[in-house]
Amino acid sequence: MHDDHHHHDHDHHQDNRYSDMQARVKALETVLTEKGLIDPAAIDAIVETYETKVGPRNGAHVVAKAWIEPDFADWLKRDATAAIASLGYSGRQGEHMRAVFNTPETHNLVVCTLCSCYPWAVLGLPPVWYKAPAYRSRAVIDPRGVLAEFGLTLPAEKKIRVWDSTAELRYIVIPERPEGTDGLDEKALSALVSRDAMIGTTVAGMPE
Amino acid sequence: MNGPHDLGGQMGFGPVAPEPNEPYFHAEWEKQALGIVLSCGAFGAWTIDESRHARENIPPAAYLAASYYEIWIRALETLLERHGFATQDEIDTSHKRTEPAVPKRVLTADMVAGVLAKGGPCDRPVGSSPRFAVGEKVRTRNFNPTGHTRLPRYARAKQGVIEAVQGSFVFPDDNAHDLGENPQWVYTVVFDGAEIWGDGADPSLTVSIDAWESYLEPA
Repeated sequence: MHDDHHHHDHDHHQDNRYSDMQARVKALETVLTEKGLIDPAAIDAIVETYETKVGPRNGAHVVAKAWIEPDFADWLKRDATAAIASLGYSGRQGEHMRAVFNTPETHNLVVCTLCSCYPWAVLGLPPVWYKAPAYRSRAVIDPRGVLAEFGLTLPAEKKIRVWDSTAELRYIVIPERPEGTDGLDEKALSALVSRDAMIGTTVAGMPE
Repeated sequence: MNGPHDLGGQMGFGPVAPEPNEPYFHAEWEKQALGIVLSCGAFGAWTIDESRHARENIPPAAYLAASYYEIWIRALETLLERHGFATQDEIDTSHKRTEPAVPKRVLTADMVAGVLAKGGPCDRPVGSSPRFAVGEKVRTRNFNPTGHTRLPRYARAKQGVIEAVQGSFVFPDDNAHDLGENPQWVYTVVFDGAEIWGDGADPSLTVSIDAWESYLEPA
């Protein structure tokens, strides 16, 4: 994976930025509140939503249901927005969903090279690396190198399809169902599905 | 515009740095940044396309050095000033000196769940049939506009195949500049890795973009 040296540099750099940004954002908040343009309670409600209600568990539920119910998987392929909304997941950055299915022949990987487009409704807020230049620059030209940094090495004959989210469609990868999971229920299956598996930087976990 | 945001295929940024058990926020100010940006978006004074373009216009050295929440905040300051809500001087000094423009709405806590649930759908009906059909070969246009576009540099003047007709959507290249929504058909266009990257491309790679109709020509 990654050496500690890199992490150290990264964190140090971020720490320096944080003090500047803390002051800058505080100033913005003060002025906008004084002008009656923002409600601090609304900010708290937004943060609480993305800390506790909207996150990758939503997407894992979608994946597990697709593994168990072929009809739901078909609906996801035809109209992912409606199929996902039927589970209660919709709204901001999930308005126009597409589900892309990994197969024995093809592995899917999602990126937004131009900004940070990400399916919030099913995965929540994107991780820092997803929005950072290293991933955005390399996912389209060197996906195998990127996957290796996540610990995933695919067979040479496996095709890789990279989806660059350049419009308003938001993509969720449906990973392949792991072997040896026949008896598991939806809850147990969803525990095998990580955020990264639904971006495509890894695959579903194996049952213990 | 050929800005610092258009990162596909650029080199030199080093390895991706996934953080195990990454928290949703790395500092308190990031929480405030998220809430402020979404709250100001609710003013209804600018579109997602205008805000993306404001982010792209951050000078390259600053853009590439910034975390994404910092990019959001820098662009927000531009938008607040442009639309009369707060001047840079007011933000720098943390003190109100002018009366702000009147927003269409101020987001209050009771509105948050509804606003987030509604989102901002940008599919729109268009009065024509799609020009291209699934399976058709197309070539992306070669252009270098100084304004907003969602056709990345790496995918210009490249031949690909229409894989899906995805519906009709607001055209960001116009909408970002207050020129109207002017919806167009959007297609998923898939390219062979070698068409984009040439010699040495991963032979197992295909890359797709979602392209508005005016980005495409018959091949």
